[in-house]
Parts: sequence; C-alpha cells; structure tokens
Amino acid sequence: MPTTKATAGTAGESAAKPTIIGQLANPTRFLSLTEAVLPWLISLAAACLAVGVYLAFFVAPADYQQGDSVRIMFIHVPAAWLAMFCYSLMAVAALGTLVWRHPLADVAAKAAAPLGAAFTLLALFTGSVWGKPMWGTWWVWDARLTSVLVLFIMYLGLIALWRSFDDPGRAGRVAAILTLVGFINIPIIKFSVDWWNTLHQPASVVRLDGPTIHPTMLWPLLIMAVGFTLSFMALHFGAMRAEIFRRRVRTAQIMIAQQRAPAAASASAVTPVAESAVSGPR
Amino acid sequence: MTHLGFILAAYGATAAVFTALIIWVVRDTREQKRKLRQLEADGAVRRSAQVKR
Amino acid sequence: MSGFVALIAQTARLGLRAGGGALIGLIFFLAVVTVIPFGVGPDQNLLARIGPAVLWIGALLASLLGLDRLFGGDREDGALDLLIVSGQPLALVVLARAIGHWLATGLPIVIAAPLLGLLLNVEPLGLAAVTLTLLAGSPALTLIGTVGAALTAGLARGGVMIAVLVLPLTVPVLIFGVSAVNGAIADPDPFTAPFLILCAFTLGAGVLGPVAGAAALRLALD
Repeated sequence: MPTTKATAGTAGESAAKPTIIGQLANPTRFLSLTEAVLPWLISLAAACLAVGVYLAFFVAPADYQQGDSVRIMFIHVPAAWLAMFCYSLMAVAALGTLVWRHPLADVAAKAAAPLGAAFTLLALFTGSVWGKPMWGTWWVWDARLTSVLVLFIMYLGLIALWRSFDDPGRAGRVAAILTLVGFINIPIIKFSVDWWNTLHQPASVVRLDGPTIHPTMLWPLLIMAVGFTLSFMALHFGAMRAEIFRRRVRTAQIMIAQQRAPAAASASAVTPVAESAVSGPR
Repeated sequence: MTHLGFILAAYGATAAVFTALIIWVVRDTREQKRKLRQLEADGAVRRSAQVKR
Repeated sequence: MSGFVALIAQTARLGLRAGGGALIGLIFFLAVVTVIPFGVGPDQNLLARIGPAVLWIGALLASLLGLDRLFGGDREDGALDLLIVSGQPLALVVLARAIGHWLATGLPIVIAAPLLGLLLNVEPLGLAAVTLTLLAGSPALTLIGTVGAALTAGLARGGVMIAVLVLPLTVPVLIFGVSAVNGAIADPDPFTAPFLILCAFTLGAGVLGPVAGAAALRLALD
C-alpha cells in the first residue's frame, strides 16, 4: 500500500538501507543528522557570505563600462543559479517520490518550492535593479529575464497545487508529476523564448555576464555562489525539518480525533493511523 | 561609488529575503514542535515511539 | 480500438451538449476579441498588426475553459474507476478524452478564428495563416490542458488552478504559433520553421500529455 509509505514519521524503519540515501529514509535519523550538521552548515555559509561581500565591495574593481553597478552581479548570478538548481533538485526529488517512493523525497520537494520561488524572485529583482542603470528601464523582455519570469510562475503554481490538497502524500505525488512535466518543458521554454527574442529584439542588448571575466571578479562570484548554495542547503534542511514535524502533528491530530470518536475511526480512510489508534497507545 | 542606490537596493533586498526565509523556517519549526508536544501531552504517541516503550 | 473511438465520440458529445462548455468557449473567444479594441483603441492599422496575436491569445484562454469538467465529472460518478478497471491503457483513455475535448471545443475555435479576424482587420493571408497555425497548434494546447485537468481531478474546485498551472507551459506553443503567422505575413520572417516546430509541439504533447495525465489520474484515485 503506497499511501502509508509517504507518511513521514511512520515509515522508514523497514526502508533503511546501508546507503546514505537509504539511511536518510528514516525521518528520525534525518532529524538527528541535520541537527548535528546544521550549526556547521550555517557557520560555513555565513563565513562564505561575509568573505564574499567583503571581496565584492573592497577587492573586486568597478567595471570600466558598468561602473560599480557590476557589484550587483555577485548576488544576481548566485540567485539565478539557485533558481535553476532548486528546480533541478525538485525534479530529482519528484523522481524519488514517483519511482523510488523515497519517504523524504516529497518532503524535500515541498520544502524546496518556496525557497526556489524566493531566490527566483530575488534573481528577477536584482536583475531589474541592475538593468535600470544599464538599460535605462526596470524591465526589458530579454530572453533570460523572461524565461526566469516563467520559471517563477511555475514555482508559484506548484506551491498553489501543494496547498490545495489535504493529504500530504497525494499532494506530493501530484506535484511531483507537475514538477517533471515542467522540468521537461523548461528547455523548450528557454529555446522558444530565445527564438522569440531574436525576432523581436535588436541584438544590441547588453550582455550581463560576458564570457571573459577577470579573476578579481571571478573569485568573489565563486565564493558568493558557494555561500548562497550553502545557505540554501541550510534553509532547505530547516524547512524539511519543519515539514516533518508538521506531518507528525497531522498524524497526531488524526490519532487524537480517532481516539475521541472510535466509531468514526473504523470507517476512516486513513488506515495506518487507524490501526495504531485502535490498538490503543498507552 | 557609482549607482550606490541600485547596489544598496539589490543587497538590501537580498538581506531581506534571507532574513524572511530564516524567520519563516525558525518560526515554522518552533510552531510545529510546540503543537506536537501539546498533542503528545494529550495522549497521541507515534508508533515508532510506542515500540520503544 | 472501437472503445477508443467510442470514448472520443462520448467526450465530444458531452462537450457539445447544452452546458457542456463548447458553446461557452466560443462565446468567451468572441468576448475576448471584442474587448481588445476597447482596450487598445479602434486604430485599424494597430488592430491589423496585433490581430493574429489577439486571436492566438484568445484561443489559448478559451482552450482553458471547460478543462475542469474533463475528468471532474468522471471522478464524481465513478466512471473513472470503471475506465481504469476496464483494462484499456489509461494513457489511451486520456488521449481519447483529449481528442474528444478538442473536437468539441478546439475545432470550433479554429473555425471561428478567421471570422473574428475580420473584426480585427486582419488581411486574408493572415486569416489563413491564423487558421492553419491554430489547427496545428490548438491540439497541443488541449493536450497540455489535459495534464492540468488530470492533476486537479482530485480537487473540488480546480478550474482556476488549471489555468495557473497550464499557462506557463503553453508559452512555447503561443510563441511559435504567432511567429509562424507573422512569418506568413511579413516577408523576411520565416514561416516553415516555426510552423514545423509548432507541429512538433503538438506531436510531442500527444505523447507526453497522455502519459503524464494517466499518471496523475492514477494518483487521483488512490
């Protein structure tokens, strides 16, 4: 019965395999592992961001064309990288949900969606703020910006779909299908928007990140990208932990409701919880 | 420094997004943990916890 | 195979029936095309220039209507369970539903497009191009919409949700549909390349849509 597997907090003991992914299949083990890892991750992320910001402002030179506005690149590019990285992560998690039935996969995907939306919005905003002095307007229908905007709408649609189902297991599997359909679509959207852009825009759009980049700019960019990625991981682990607790709360609420109304419990559709409630904890 | 306003806006927005995400995650975790403690006090015990008893 | 055809016919008949959505879709298409000149002004040259794009966007929006009924009714009366246990591959069931839905709602829009194009002062060549590209591209819109319908089949009110989920995925179809029309009207732009890509989208959606839709429907019944 696949329904029971997706309920984090109850599944896992039997699914434990010697691999790391298998080890993580147990939500309790995941909680204790992340509890140990999170302080290190947060410190490392904060250190990277601090060094990155210092390099971005005091070491990296101003661009001879763009002036100091080029310093926006050091947050814009990592945010855009995370926007795409997060969707790829969700696509892998979607496979984990649908194919391997990994009990934490849909927890990971659900926790990642709002983070992805936030970083996509950040990429759009910083791009717009960078574009204003460069292009003279807040928004141009440039191929890259437009693709990211469509990605943002896809994130919002996924979040909305997640929130409209009561059962987290079913929500996770339905959202996984949409995630994969969207993942197949992203390259097609990118290709279409590029095509559309070459038809409608003059080719004189300022390229934001040229292929040649000086080392004094490359290093701060790399360190900022690492800092952003580590921050994302820390936030993602944190959001996953909250999601696991939320599902335990839900399970406990159903249990209590069934204890108070045992007659209704036998007719309930949520069998795994019903069993444990009937056997009577305590 | 040229374009100071734009740079501050971009870095400020980044700081705001990071802060908002951190607050959201921390609050959500605390809230769910609190609810869970309360429910367990009310008599709901997870199966995995039950086995250990 | 006869079951496949019967399912197409049944879906089309349900759509064409009073209250089935086919007529509402057409009226909506007419209404969208009518409000555009009130928004942008009655300038004939401007309307002629944006006319093909307006027709495409109108068709895209109209194709979103009625999708929530595609599987919603089936789920309520249990027909979906019967279709699954009937042994037919579920992907084929979804494909039949999509074809039937397109015959009832998509095809009338394709036929109405050149008439509404007259209102927008689109030149005859443009009218032909819009009709041809819609004929090639609107099945892709319906197929993508079918996935959205299957995803929200478990929801009581999925109508608006479908639109939000489906619209970003239809961006490529819209781009190449309008590109092909512009290619037919304006000389330097190519027509064949975007038109063939549009056809490829329809074929690709014809494969991916039913597979994804079937997977989503199975979950709706869990």
